[in-house]
Amino acid sequence: MPAPKTSRVFLDGVWYENPIFRQVLGICSTLAVTNLLKNTLVMVVGLIWAAAMSNMTFSLLRNVTPRRIRIMVEVLVISTYVILLHLALQAYLPEISRDLGPYVGLIITNCILMGRLEAFASSNPPWPSFVDGVGCGVGYGFILIGIAVIREMAGFGTLLGIPVLGAWWTRWTLMVMPAGAFFMLGIVVWACRHIWMIGAGKEKPA
Amino acid sequence: MSPHYMPLVILVGAAFTENILLVNYLGMCSFLGVSREMKAAAGLGAAVTLVLSVSCTLNYMVNTYILVPFDMLHLQFIAFMLVIAATVQFMEMAIERFSPRLYYALGIFLPLITVNCAILGGCLFMSIRQYNLAQSAAYGAGAGLGWWLAIVAMAGIRQRLQAARLPKGLDGPGITLIIAGIMALAFTGLAGMLNIR
Repeated sequence: MPAPKTSRVFLDGVWYENPIFRQVLGICSTLAVTNLLKNTLVMVVGLIWAAAMSNMTFSLLRNVTPRRIRIMVEVLVISTYVILLHLALQAYLPEISRDLGPYVGLIITNCILMGRLEAFASSNPPWPSFVDGVGCGVGYGFILIGIAVIREMAGFGTLLGIPVLGAWWTRWTLMVMPAGAFFMLGIVVWACRHIWMIGAGKEKPA
Repeated sequence: MSPHYMPLVILVGAAFTENILLVNYLGMCSFLGVSREMKAAAGLGAAVTLVLSVSCTLNYMVNTYILVPFDMLHLQFIAFMLVIAATVQFMEMAIERFSPRLYYALGIFLPLITVNCAILGGCLFMSIRQYNLAQSAAYGAGAGLGWWLAIVAMAGIRQRLQAARLPKGLDGPGITLIIAGIMALAFTGLAGMLNIR
């Protein structure tokens, strides 16, 4: 198989094969961390780091890993980078680390990472794998950030903790509750799939 | 810190007020993927409950008797993942040996559970909230039961949905998420009853 083109790999991750609304992976953290934009940004950066690095590492190991223990090796590679991330957060951003709680550790079982290692890094050279990790991370990130902006504005009237909507805004508490996360993500998935279908031109959305 | 909760309270709380799926958003991937069909949903729910109860208890022991005394908490993620993977393997072999019928019912779902975030999430919550042994076991079982309840309820609703006419883009994960939102609202109504954090 010829090495895929870098730009194409990147765009696939961001839009055409977007992890959230195309592949429906990594939903847990999408819902859990999007009530505050600050936490979301940290989470997105963390995920891009973990996805890109573990994709690249596993791609380097792909020819020496026996097939039977592949999953275990994948989990160990991912865990290594997530532990590094967790330690860095505890050291430099202790408050956010406390807010995110178990969700940083849960990047390990984030299906995006396992899915990309399995589907892409196990059959591609390191550089495209790295780009694929970044692309998927960005594709995941822009949806998360969009949802977080809406949820934090509607729920608290603030952005990054700075009041933006003024005193007349009645806090729409539902948006920062679990139910609000489900509704928002459902609507975003709907909208993105609709746009994607028009773009793909395969069939007219009903 | 949560030293004074009765294990039974934690079990009920983990299943209802702190439902691991609808309040903590864990195990969404398999929830969206497998909730299309009642039989599969019930099977996966049972498997998750089993694995979560066992691995939560084991992980409590690993955490308290190995990681903390030897000052290796930074290896917690890897240790938990290894315990979970080993639990899943052993349970697969044990179930195959002792109850072939259950094995055929759960067979395909067991390996998938290693990477189900509800399991690792449950174990991490257990360690963050500093439960003791009995509380950890109760939390694992309760969280599993709550997940089971949620996925079976969703599978029931989705079976009815098959007859409905939905916009193309909304069909599948979109509508499932919105229904999950309504379910989460219903569970939020129970939130005042118990607090197990």
